[in-house]
Amino acid sequence: MASDATSKTHHWHVADPSPWPIVGSVSALVMAVGGIIYMHTGFIWGFVLGVVLTMYTMVVWFKDVILEAETPGLHTPPVQVGLRISFLLFIVSEVMFFFAFFWAFFHSSLPILNLVAGAWPPEGIEVLHTWDIPFLNTLILLSSGATLTIAHHALIENDRDRFLNYTLITVILGFIFLGFQIFEYSVAAFSLQDGIYPSTFFLATGFHGFHVLIGAVFLTVCYFRGRNGHFKPDHHVGFEAAAWYWHFVDVVWLFLFINVYWWGSSPLGHLQP
Amino acid sequence: MSDAAAAHDHGHDDHHGAPAGWRRWVYSTNHKDIGTLYLVAAMVSVLIGGVFSFMIRLELQSPGLQYIEDLQFYNVLVTAHGFVMVFFFVMPALIGGFGNWFIPLMIGAPDMAFPRMNNISFWLLVVGLLLLMTSALVAGGAGTGWTVYPPLSNATFHSGAAVDFAILSLHVAGASSILGAINFITTIMNMRAPGMTYHRMPLFIWAMLVTALLLLLALPVLAGALTMLLTDRNFGTTFFEASGGGDPIFWQHLFWFFGHPEVYIMIVPAFGVISHVVSTFSRKPVFGYLGMAYAMAAIGFIGFIVWAHHMFTVGFNVETRAYFVLATMVIAVPTGVKIFSWLATMWGGSIEFRTPMLYAMGFIFLFVVGGVTGITLANAGVDIAFHDTYFVIAHFHYVLSIAAAFGILSGFFYWFPKMCGKMYNEGLGKIQFWLMFIGVNILFFPQHFSGMAGMPRRIPDYPEAYAGWNFVSSIGAYISFAASLLFFYIVIQTLRSGEKAPANPWGEGATTLEWQVPSPAPFHTHDQTPDMRPQPAE
Ligand code: HEM
Ligand SMILES: [Cu+2]
Repeated sequence: MASDATSKTHHWHVADPSPWPIVGSVSALVMAVGGIIYMHTGFIWGFVLGVVLTMYTMVVWFKDVILEAETPGLHTPPVQVGLRISFLLFIVSEVMFFFAFFWAFFHSSLPILNLVAGAWPPEGIEVLHTWDIPFLNTLILLSSGATLTIAHHALIENDRDRFLNYTLITVILGFIFLGFQIFEYSVAAFSLQDGIYPSTFFLATGFHGFHVLIGAVFLTVCYFRGRNGHFKPDHHVGFEAAAWYWHFVDVVWLFLFINVYWWGSSPLGHLQP
Repeated sequence: MSDAAAAHDHGHDDHHGAPAGWRRWVYSTNHKDIGTLYLVAAMVSVLIGGVFSFMIRLELQSPGLQYIEDLQFYNVLVTAHGFVMVFFFVMPALIGGFGNWFIPLMIGAPDMAFPRMNNISFWLLVVGLLLLMTSALVAGGAGTGWTVYPPLSNATFHSGAAVDFAILSLHVAGASSILGAINFITTIMNMRAPGMTYHRMPLFIWAMLVTALLLLLALPVLAGALTMLLTDRNFGTTFFEASGGGDPIFWQHLFWFFGHPEVYIMIVPAFGVISHVVSTFSRKPVFGYLGMAYAMAAIGFIGFIVWAHHMFTVGFNVETRAYFVLATMVIAVPTGVKIFSWLATMWGGSIEFRTPMLYAMGFIFLFVVGGVTGITLANAGVDIAFHDTYFVIAHFHYVLSIAAAFGILSGFFYWFPKMCGKMYNEGLGKIQFWLMFIGVNILFFPQHFSGMAGMPRRIPDYPEAYAGWNFVSSIGAYISFAASLLFFYIVIQTLRSGEKAPANPWGEGATTLEWQVPSPAPFHTHDQTPDMRPQPAE
């Protein structure tokens, strides 16, 4: 085999054996069992342990990946292409996840799809004001998309300060968005248990908010990596992935805003069959 | 020393063979080892799922309740059987097992694109299996059927933790498959040897590409559905509760939007295997290569727009039903392309009836039978009578449990020499095939008759009138079970005392790259990327 090693001609990165996959799987098991115990008894610490273990796995695993990215000769250009393809595929799978929740929304709100519910919004539901916080949040998230694009261009032009500043602004805008979202939840006139409207509303916007959080953390990591001198104008797959993710989250919000907050909040009584 | 090798020295991946001991398997980043792990997991699962089905047939052997007093237990058996076979036998064997082993070998890549992610795909599958077994053991078990329809699966009718375990089992297994799909697609798109264009990839690679795309698009929808069911059960949402403005039918939409592509996820890899086996043992290239490739793509695409043929009895208007009848029947066209191309490949070939080939021909026959009953069921009017009867059971066992499983067996006998370096005993293999073929047909063919006579599925007891065919069915089950045991015997015997296999035991018909590396395939293959560019004519 040793002679093979020296005569290796491919440029792929074949990772070393690693303990993290099995650690991550056990974490998932703990999280699942802990979650079920929580749902049936209210004892939450098993679930919390699972979450902590899962996050630990992600930290150590991604740390390995980042080290490899910074090691010359491992993430060769073809390997970078693979990383980009895989991240786009991951986003596609996320799109399909949201597809299910949008379907839930339309199944209840479009009279032709539904044989059970009556009017939309259902009687007794006091909807949120489209043009208050939801619209403000739309502006915030759209601006964050713009600031991120500025950051990306700065990185390509090797203007590191600008890159770092605009990435930071993007992250801050993301957290402001989340703050407003939490505030809006706390003042909403309906709660999760109030039927199909809150069911679709909270799960669709809640999963979106969770993705904003993930994206913001992802960008925060990029910010600190950038401060430590990571990323080059022609080699920054990690940042690119974070940017794609952020734009994806942006687009999901646009769909949410237009359909759930705007179209879905005006009475559709005249559409009843 | 070349530049590439010099650069490589900075890296820390070592190419000095397999790490020793348990770490080799548990920490593995080697596609062959992970493929082997998947195959072992599939074999364990098929034994578990097989014992469940054995118990079902034992109970159904004659009318009245024989062994099972707790009827919920019967429901649990049926549910666990379905889940285990679909998610933990067929998928791991065809996709995780063969896919991992042979995608890199066939496209000339040293490994999968993301070897660590490959490993977590496998271990998450094990976690999923553990959760599923737990679901059968706690709180009376999950007796919802593999389709998990509410209201039966809601907190009123399954108040314990069993269904939550089943939901999370599928969540975890689904995450495993999505990661696997991303890995497969990236590998196939990015790591083919120079010269191997899409239109020159082996058909097995095409099959895996289509399958992985189906997984990527279908499984997240299931994840969404499962999440809604979980919050309905535990946090008071009402997606599927009519009393809260939700709709139980909506679950069926989501489930089958995933579920129909899922059935193709299980059969398309088998299509790939069969193409290779048929071509190898007919000593001819596959007839209509491009047609075969695009037929799989077409089947995958149409598979997403036919889901409601599982729901013909929920009360759709006639236009909706007409659409789903039509769309479903259209699938018969690319399916026919495949069948006839296999036949045309055999036509005029010098066919060698080795065990893999017998299984491939068995596959074609069984798949045709199941396809014909599928088209029968696709008629919305006919399906009103047949829905939820044993006719449906017969249909999907023909296409799935026996055609897809024959695909697995065909591929297994075909590639076993490559994987372990030893030849199985051909005589025993043939006996095993005939025993299996006879057994499964005795088992499932009569179920068409009980179904047409109206016998409902998922019921442990039945009127005297159905006794005859049920008895025959159970006898078939015992024969198939014996055939499965013989299979395991062959595996063990080959591993212990099989003759050494040459690099290519099948002769000139076997043309793909995996036959050019030694048997067993060494720990690292394709360290030098093969050149697949067309050679200029001399
Ligand atoms: C020509 C192609 C096919 C057609 C037209 C077709 C049609 C149908 C229809 C209409 C049903 C619903 C029957 C009912 O519940 O009343 C059905 C059920 C089913 N089919 Fe197929 N099918 C085809 C191929 C396949 C294949 C290739 C597989 C799997 C490998 C498969 C697996 C299943 C399964 C698992 C069910 C039952 C699901 C359940 O209710 O538990 N089918 N098929
Ligand atoms: Cu179907």
